[in-house]
Amino acid sequence: MIRRILISILAPLLAVLLAFSVGAIVMYILGENPFYVYKILLINSVTNINGWGYVLFNATPLIFSGLAVALAFKGGLFNIGVEGQLYIGAFACAWFGITFNVHPVIGIPIGLLFAMIFGGLWGVIAGYLKARFGAHEVIITIMLNFIAMALTNYLVNNPFKEPGQINPIPQTKELFSGSIIPRVYPLFNKFGVSLSSSVPLNYTFFIAIVFCVIVWYFLERTKWGYEIKAVGLNPKASRYGGINPSHIMILVMFLSGALGGLAGVNDVMGYRYRFLDGFSRGTGFTGIAVALLGKNNPIGIVFASILFGILDRGALAMDVFTNTPRELIRVIQAIIIIFVAIGNEFIFRLLQRLERESE
Amino acid sequence: MIGGILSLELLISALRMSVPLTFASLGGVFSERGGVVNIALEGIMLVGAFGAVVGTYFTNNPWIGLLTAMSFGFLIALIHAVVSISFRINQIISGTALNIMATGLTTFLSRLIFKAAGSSPHIEGMVQWRFPGTNWQISPLIVIMFAVIIISQIVIFKTRYGLRLRACGENPYAADSLGVNVIKMRYSGVLISGVLGGLGGAFLSLEHARVFVEGMTTGRGFIALAGMIFGRWTPLGSFSACFLFGLAEALRMRLEGFGIPTQFIQMIPYIVTMCVLVGVVGRAVAPAYDGIPFEK
Repeated sequence: MIRRILISILAPLLAVLLAFSVGAIVMYILGENPFYVYKILLINSVTNINGWGYVLFNATPLIFSGLAVALAFKGGLFNIGVEGQLYIGAFACAWFGITFNVHPVIGIPIGLLFAMIFGGLWGVIAGYLKARFGAHEVIITIMLNFIAMALTNYLVNNPFKEPGQINPIPQTKELFSGSIIPRVYPLFNKFGVSLSSSVPLNYTFFIAIVFCVIVWYFLERTKWGYEIKAVGLNPKASRYGGINPSHIMILVMFLSGALGGLAGVNDVMGYRYRFLDGFSRGTGFTGIAVALLGKNNPIGIVFASILFGILDRGALAMDVFTNTPRELIRVIQAIIIIFVAIGNEFIFRLLQRLERESE
Repeated sequence: MIGGILSLELLISALRMSVPLTFASLGGVFSERGGVVNIALEGIMLVGAFGAVVGTYFTNNPWIGLLTAMSFGFLIALIHAVVSISFRINQIISGTALNIMATGLTTFLSRLIFKAAGSSPHIEGMVQWRFPGTNWQISPLIVIMFAVIIISQIVIFKTRYGLRLRACGENPYAADSLGVNVIKMRYSGVLISGVLGGLGGAFLSLEHARVFVEGMTTGRGFIALAGMIFGRWTPLGSFSACFLFGLAEALRMRLEGFGIPTQFIQMIPYIVTMCVLVGVVGRAVAPAYDGIPFEK
């Protein structure tokens, strides 16, 4: 058992190290000192408390989008549409926030609910088309991503554009204070941790952690969770067990989409307090890497999100202080996905062989 | 208004819009007939579009650009083949990773080579071919496309190679027992899809835009896959489906300026693609072992 856990943690670590080595080789070829670049990357993220604040802020939407991908995965579906669900969810909670002026005790939960419901409904489109017509969910969710981006682009440019705005990127007006999720620096400062007030880390991070627990409990301890995993493992067998795979597919895509919708909350309710056109830049896709690296396990997802949060924060510094374009980080992310997948497969086979030998 | 929209010009424009989709779609046919799902086509098209511009930029010869596009597409396909065939990793995961990599890589290299992230400098397009004795001009790539469609149809359904490739997608174990090298056949299908996908991307940058723009494929790789499904995994069928998508895109361009918000017009190709995928239910049957790794 211990050996099992050890091996399954070592594999992703090794994959990450290998991916960084590939990145280092690229930097070396470009005539940069990889150690210097990685040092810059780390100095600006994990060597001080403010850096960590930014890292956790970056990790917040990634936790949600990683959970969204993982939940769908468990049910045997590929949700590549988190990016679209995120935009729809973000716009839904922004709409609530700019329309209703209520007390935060009601405003924040309802804002979250709006993100979940609309993100979920956007996800359900793919679930329903798959269950009813057998339409390939990968292509459908990708198409829905483009449609969601065009739709929110329309909304934020026309009916909901902030009047007289000077920002070149279209945005809505500011949310009423009732739907704003506060930042955490006052709390930290009260306990003697000097977190700068410019750090955007807010309580959405803790909400994300709570959702990790909820998703874990749901999958491991409830009937629906059990049914989802059964369908994911073998839809035909689950049918004999009295489960309707079509219903489960629709349920999975609703829940996955709801988590995807929540991935839009951090930016809207916790950071900018408005919907900014095209703000996400691939968070939904990074969620795929997060879920894979975290092995679809909520704790793993938190750690994977933090790693990618470090990379995001470090990428910014890389751009400013080195000659290596920050897009290299994106390439490294892709390499991590591939190496982790290979590592998982390799470990799976190794464990199988060990089990056979011990019998 | 309708008369102005539906015209010969519209059909020509539809044909042009369908070229990148058709190349990628044919690539998909080769890959999936052999049993490997290739959603990396989106990324392959993107590196193809980028490669075409890089090759042309340095040599001033679009034909070199074309070769660069094909080799870039080949390289991404090679990674997909190694990861999903040799290492037997889930093909969707591998494809998704490669799509992410292609986005990062093209922007990364674009910033290194052109010192600008958003787009490359403008380049010379291809010299159009003229029909003898007339003023009619046609892009050489369109001629190549028709040639590739016909050759693909013949290769897949009338040659020994095609039969073996299809066997690897329908039942690799049976093929293996008859002495077909399944791994090699699957590699060939994926690599061909890389070359064709690269060509499709090249048309986007060499003919449509004459410039490389970050993320310029905007889902066309996936639309091409939908075309392949609608065309029931046959070259001729895929072309017909892609022509339909090309028509949707051409209509989209015509509709601009009629007072409909541009964002809704932009959605048309994606909505048409979804409708097509929903509409083919029960009629399009994928190769039986499409997407399933082969293990001897």
